[in-house]
This record gives sequence, C-alpha cells and structure tokens, in this order.
Amino acid sequence: MAGRVGFHSDLITDIESPADEEGVHDSFCQLIEEQSHDHHDAIEMTSLELEEESRDDVMHLESPVYLRVDSEEPQHMECLIGGRWSSDTLKVLSSMPSRTIGRSRGAIISQYYNRTLQLRRRRQSRPSIQHFPRSARPSIRGHRVETDADEYEEDDNKRERLVNNLQNLSANDRVRMLRAMPLSLSEKKELRMLVLNKAEHSLSQNQIPCCSQLKYYIIIAVRHGWYGWLSFLSSLQLWQTALKCVGGHFGTGVLSYFLFLRTLLFFNVFLFLVTALFLVVPQAVVAPDPGRNTSVTSLWGLEVLTGAGYFSDSLMYYGYYSHQTLQPKHSCSKSINGTSCGLSYNMPLVYFFTIGAAFFITCIILVYTMSKSFGQSFRIDKSKGLLAIKVFSSWDYKVSKKSSVRLQRANIGTQLKELVAEVNREELKFSVLTRLFRVFIHMLAWLMCLGSTLACVLAVFYFSEHMHKKDVETRTRTSSSDGVMLKEASLLAVPVLVSCINVILPGFFNAVAWMEEYDSPSVLNYVSISRNLLLKVSVLGVLCHHWLGRVASDPEQLGLQCWESFVGQELYRFLLMDFIFMLLDTFFGEFLWRLFSQKALKRKRKPVFDIARNVLELIYGQTLAWLGVLFSPLLPVVQIIKLLFLFYMKKVSLMMNCQASGKPWRASQMTTIFITLLCFPSFLGASVCVTYTMWTMKPSAGCGPFRGLKTMFQAGKLWVQKLAADNPNLSWLASAHSYLVENPLFLFLCAAIFLIVIYFHSQVVDGQRKIIELLQEQIENEGGDKKFLITRLQDIHERKRVVSPRGVRGASEDSSYS
Amino acid sequence: MTGTAPSIVHEQHQSASFHLSTLLRLSVCPHNGETSLHGRYHELAPHLVPMDYTNDPDVKIPLALIVNMPELKENPFRNRIVESFSEDGQGNLSFNDFVDMFSVLSEMAPRELKAIYAFKIYDFNVDNYICKEDLEQTLNRLTKEELTPEEVILVCEKAIEEADLDGDSKLSFADFENMISRAPDFLSTFHIRI
Repeated sequence: MAGRVGFHSDLITDIESPADEEGVHDSFCQLIEEQSHDHHDAIEMTSLELEEESRDDVMHLESPVYLRVDSEEPQHMECLIGGRWSSDTLKVLSSMPSRTIGRSRGAIISQYYNRTLQLRRRRQSRPSIQHFPRSARPSIRGHRVETDADEYEEDDNKRERLVNNLQNLSANDRVRMLRAMPLSLSEKKELRMLVLNKAEHSLSQNQIPCCSQLKYYIIIAVRHGWYGWLSFLSSLQLWQTALKCVGGHFGTGVLSYFLFLRTLLFFNVFLFLVTALFLVVPQAVVAPDPGRNTSVTSLWGLEVLTGAGYFSDSLMYYGYYSHQTLQPKHSCSKSINGTSCGLSYNMPLVYFFTIGAAFFITCIILVYTMSKSFGQSFRIDKSKGLLAIKVFSSWDYKVSKKSSVRLQRANIGTQLKELVAEVNREELKFSVLTRLFRVFIHMLAWLMCLGSTLACVLAVFYFSEHMHKKDVETRTRTSSSDGVMLKEASLLAVPVLVSCINVILPGFFNAVAWMEEYDSPSVLNYVSISRNLLLKVSVLGVLCHHWLGRVASDPEQLGLQCWESFVGQELYRFLLMDFIFMLLDTFFGEFLWRLFSQKALKRKRKPVFDIARNVLELIYGQTLAWLGVLFSPLLPVVQIIKLLFLFYMKKVSLMMNCQASGKPWRASQMTTIFITLLCFPSFLGASVCVTYTMWTMKPSAGCGPFRGLKTMFQAGKLWVQKLAADNPNLSWLASAHSYLVENPLFLFLCAAIFLIVIYFHSQVVDGQRKIIELLQEQIENEGGDKKFLITRLQDIHERKRVVSPRGVRGASEDSSYS
Repeated sequence: MTGTAPSIVHEQHQSASFHLSTLLRLSVCPHNGETSLHGRYHELAPHLVPMDYTNDPDVKIPLALIVNMPELKENPFRNRIVESFSEDGQGNLSFNDFVDMFSVLSEMAPRELKAIYAFKIYDFNVDNYICKEDLEQTLNRLTKEELTPEEVILVCEKAIEEADLDGDSKLSFADFENMISRAPDFLSTFHIRI
C-alpha cells in the first residue's frame, strides 16, 4: 500500500509543534477523503460492520452533524476523545501491534522474528538468500484484521521464518533469545526441536574434513563439561535456605547485608586459594630455614588472642618464608656449577608476584561487579513517575511471613500517603528563622560528629605512641618472666581501644542524627554512612602511619628482628578484636536491648537491624584483611572463619531479636553503594598501602623472603636482570622493564589516558540522556497522532453509517474480502 | 556459518543443558526431604501428580492447591500470579507452567520477560490494558485499609497520568515497560526464591 506507507512517513517527518495543528489537519483531510473512497478500506470497514452491526447502537456515541469538515476540526477532536469508541474501533485498536505484545502468539513470534533478524545483521552472519525477508517491517505487512484461516497461515509462515533466523544465530545468542521469549515452555521446546531438525537436514550439505571435525568434537565435549560444571556450581548455592528464610521474614534490605557477607566470603576464599597454593604449600613442604632464630617464650592461651609467641615463627607470618630458591632435597644433584635441581622455586619472586597478582585479580573482579551493579541501578532520568513506580515495583514478592507482609503493607501505605500529600500540599513556607535554625542544628550536629572523630583519632595516635614508647623502654631493660604476661596483654591495648571506638561512636552518631530529625530516610542513610565512613578511614589512616611510619622505619628501637611479622601480628590482633567486639555488640546491642526495651520500657516493637552500620563493619574488617595479606599470608583464613561465624550469629540474633524495618530501603541502590565503598576507600586504600610498602620500605635483614634487598620490588627487577644476563636474547626485557615500570612518566601517561577515556564516556552518557528526552517527546507525539487518527477514522465510520448504510453494504456483498 | 555438523551434537547438548540448567537452578530447595521442583509440584497434590513424567502426562493442579504453597500463601497477588501462567487463564497449572512460573520469578529471568508477566499479573480484567479499575484493585491489595477511598482515587489518577505516554488514560504494555525500566528495584522485588 504505497499510499499508506507514504502517509506514515509523512507523519514522522512533517509533524511540527502542536501549534501547527491546523496546517497538519488540512493536509490529512484530503488523504482521508481519498482513502474513504478506497475500495479496500470500504470493504474492511463494512466487513466489520457486518459482524457487529447490532452492537453499534449501544456503543454509538453522540456525534454532531457535520456540514463542513475544516471549521469544526478542533472541537470534533476534543469531543470524540472524551467519548467511547465503537466496537469496530475497539477491535482495530486491540489488534494493533503495540497492544498485542506479550498477549498473542502471532505478535510474539513476529516481534522475535524482527529481533533475531536485527541480531543477525549486527553479528553479520550472512543469511541464506532464500530466507531473506521481503520486508523488515511486519507491522506494515501483516497486521490487518484477519479471519481465522488467514491468521493460522500467517502464523505458520512467521514461525518458519523465526526458526530460520534462530538457526542462523550463534548458539549463545539463540539460547538467550529463547530464554527471553514470553512463550510457554512447551512452545519453546517445540521451537528448539524445529531448529534442531532443520539443522540436521542441512548437515548433509556441509562436509567437514576429518581432522578439524575431531577438534570440533573435542571443543564441544569441553563446552558440555563446562556447562555441566556451571549447573552444578549454581545448584550448590551456599546458604540458600538460610537466605530464603531471612528474605521471607525481613525483606530485601536485610537480605542484601547477608548477600554482601557471602560476596566477601568468596573474595577471601579466592585470596586464600591463591596464597595457599603458591606460598604456603611450597614453603610447608620444604624443611624450615636453618638460619633462623627460634626464641619462643610465651604463654599458652594468650597466643590465640595475640597471634604472637608460638605463632610468630610459623607459616602464618612473613618471617617464616625463605629468601632463597627452594629446592626439594631428594631431587638435587651436584654438578660442576653448583647444586642445580630439576625443580626450583624462586620464593622471593613468587611471593612478590603472588601478592601482586592476587590484588590485581581482586581489583578486576571488584570493578566488574561494581560496574554491573551500577548499570542495573543507575537510571539517568529519575525525577518523573515516582508514584507509578512505587505502586508497581515496591511490593517485595520474597516476603512470606504473615506479620512481615502486614508490615510491608503498612510501609507501602505510608509511603504512598506521603507522596500523595506532597502532591496536594502547597509549599510549606518555612519562616526564615526556622530555616536558619535548622541549618544551625545541622551544622552543630556535623561539628559534633567531626569533633568526636578527631578526638578519637588523636586518642588512638597518642595512645599508640605511648604504648610504643613503653615498649621501647621495657625492651631496654632486661626482660623478666613476671612481666611477660603483662607485656603480651599490653599488645592488645591499642586494638581494644580501636574496637571500642568502632562500637561506641556509631551509636553516638545515631543519637545525633535522631536529634537532627531528618525528613527523608534516604538522606539520613547517606549522612550516617558518610559519618561512619569518615571515622573508619581516619582511624585506619592513623594506624597505617603508626605501623609504616614508626615501626617499620626504625625496627631496632623495638628490638624487632622482623618488623613485617610484627605488623602481621598487629593486624591479626585487630581483626580478632574486631570480631570479639562484634560478638559482644550483637549480644548486648540486640539481645539485651530487646529484653530491656520489652520488659523495662514496655515497648511492643523489637529493635530494628541497622544495615548500614553492620555493612560498614564488614568493609572495615575486609580492609584489615587486605592490608594484612602481604605480612601474613594466612590471614584470609582467619577472615573466612570470622565471616562464617558472623553469618550464623547474625542470623540467629536477627531471628530472635529484631523485626523488619518500617522505613523504606532501596536495596539495589544500597548494594551498589556498598560495593563502591568496598572498591574505593577500602580496596584502593589497602592496595596503595601495600604498594607503598613494596616500593619504598626496606625489608628487614634478618627474616622473610626479601632480606638483603633494598626494597621488595627489587626482587622482580633482579630477576629480570638475571634473565637478561643468562640469556642475551632477553636483554630487551630488562631495558623495557627499566624504562616502563620504573619510570614515573609512563605511569603518569597511563593515568592521563585513563582520565581522558572516563571523560569521553561521561560525554557519551550526557548525549544519551538528551536522546532519551527526544525519544520521549517523540513517543508522546506519536500518541497524539494515534489519537487523532482514531478519531478521524471513527468520524468517517460514523458518517458513513449515518449517510448510507444500505448502499455500502450492498456493494460489499458482491466482492470478496481477501 | 562454519562447522554445522559438530554443532548438531553441540546443539543437542546446548538445548539439553539450557533446559536442564533452568530446571537445575530451580531445583535445589530442600523441603521436607524433597529436593527438586518436580518434588515440590508433586507434594502439592500427591494423588494427582505421578512421580514418573516420562510419558508426559496431562496433569493440571487447580488454583486452590497451588496458592497454598508457603512462598505464595501470603502474597496478595497470588491468584493473579497463578492465573497469568496458566494456559486456560483459570489458574490450573501443568508442570511446564509451574516451571515457567518459577523461572520467570527467579533471579535469572531477563527484565523484559519479568515486565511482560508483571503486566499480565496487574491486568485484573485481562483486557491487555491496565485501566483505572485494575490500578484500584492493585492498590487495594497492596495497602488493605491504609488509604482512604479518596486517596486511592487520587493515587490512581496520578499514577496513570505519570506513566501514560500515548494519552489514552490507561496503561498499555509499552507504557508499563517504559515506566518499569526506570525502576531499578523491580528486578530485586519481583523475585521469589524457591
């Protein structure tokens, strides 16, 4: 239908601002007149009329008598929009392509035919000539009002074409397409069978040489094995029932805490596997270094807490690891140049590269997770449509406990009421005085929080200095056995102080926020997260300065042979104390508080689980673990044990003591924020610290894999130089190493390129935002056009009925509708 | 496309693993000793459902039995959920429909698929639009007695006003999908774990 196609394209290209309506209507008038005389259209409309003539009287709407079309256009249109459509119009409307998506099979199949075609074009796999479609827009071709026989024929045709398209896609795309189709499982199975059968038929035409066939069979077998393994893995989901239970009682918000815990567990398991495989196991297999001092004077019992004593000379810490190339004794054979063995394991190099690779891979996984989560939760255009979104997407389907469901209902009801009230209410004019007062309160609150943070940080700083000095003093005096226990216990003083601060201060921040009376709960969330974050970052910063600045720079003062092992022990102590205090906090904070509030204060409601605070605790612990991997390769094990305990303990405490929160919690946004916090302050800080240690700090001369070197980094450099010396062909490697890795200019260049790429991407996002706005406008215009067309068609139909119902019907009886 | 011959075998494995993985992913739910989706289906109506499905029997469980599942029991939309996945629209689910339902409601399902079925669920009078009456019913189930009737009407009007793009004062699927694409929480809330 050339006329119809032209009509359609006119619609898109010629439409201008709504003010131009008169001119637009004029041009359509003629076309509509033409079409109303078109044989085809007349037949279409009369065939409808034949079927449902009697119902028209009921649905007939009031239409004024028209003498001239042009002058009464605008009123006519308004009149018809308000009224109801006749049944014919309704039937046409209901079979429009946009209305039948997801509803009729024919529409789904043609929609997916379209999509597979686009996908094939994008993937640039050449479709065979006979299957090339004649038109790319089935919406023009196929969607007339059809009788049943026609529909069946069209359906089969479309389906055959869809099957062809599917067959020509790659396997992954095909699976993804099939999965996304809203058809029932039996229909999908049918489609798949058809695709397979078709593929079998075309097999005989393609013969493949035997060798590559074997290769392909191997690849397929490997892939099959891989899919089987993936299915097995996903079916093994850790803690599936526990998570379901928590989700059913408390909803998605609290569930996100436990999911975050599980993510951290996987990170630690990965770290553990890497260090165990490359560092711990080889060192454990080989006999310990003969040249070390073993001075073990300690008390049992306190060792688990302090990590010192018996543990200090074990696989757990840096000091145990050998600085030589490890060689298993029995496979050595003496030769002229010295001992050379089949298997040699260059420990310093492996240590350096293992830690580096572990951090690098963790970084990649973190950034990938963060960007995926960000992509799901970030929406460019957030301001419109809040109420509709709230109605349709706020009900959490996971909740299955009756009381939680009731609570959720109340929650959603409150939110909707608030939104509606916002709509209705005139702007609350706060007087200038009230506004100033509120600003003053906020500033006061921030001052209090920052002041308390500063006070705590200074306390940690001076206390650690004091303990350091005391330690130095006691070492200059001769050691006596009475003071040993006190000395060991004094190692725990700073960790206990830091953990106390971590527990008490967030409670103080909560009280301050309560005093401030924030209006919106999301702002409250963000503010409390940022305050807690500031506290933890500053405390960790002070501690790093203490270790790297004081202990590492002058280890002889403390009489330390091995400052790295000492720092590793410190980190172990911090991690352990953190865990103990979390246990105590759960016990006192949740269990006893519930008893207190129910018995003493006589409150009905149990306390609410504070998600933000608990997640920040987890992030803090993970930062400590990352800081400590360099100094204590077995620290991930401690973290794993701690996380496992924590999961069950928190779950039990949650079930017993807490109830679902009454405040809304945007789960996906919060998850993104937590992963971002894990990546940016936490991981970045830890890796900067570790890199700084490796780059500039002098390793201790008496222990560890890097003894005798100027910096840990030199291990890599020396190896490259040795390689170049042994093998003159590889001298380019040595020079490349010295130019690229050691030259700061190269790093600056990398950073500059990175920033430029980020800037380009942000500009692309801006451009896409503009396109979205334009498309939105276009959709609204199309909607207006559709309304207009419907009213005009309705109008024509009405006029035809009024003018000459007899004549038209007579003509239609002779001709057949194709 | 190269390598069509080995891709047959590959395809069979692929399709088997696709189906299998969908089922497997949904089938770990230790519940009264049964550990598979089929097990869950069977225990809903032990006298109706055979344990042996090799002959592909034509068995359907009625609505009343399915909405007693613990995952669905307290859900205000349980009837509509089951009806949308049934072939006859009355809520009688065969095993395939049952698997369909839980695979769409799982976390693996793509967003579009979820949007299509969410639209079907909220369309109470099954006329392919979410009109004002549908929206009113949705609201009444969401918040039983929390909102006054005037507030309900106001919310419905405002919601339709916000989401309706083509101006016919009801939501078609395109409007609904457009609005849902702006709701980042939709994927995590429209999810039932089994």
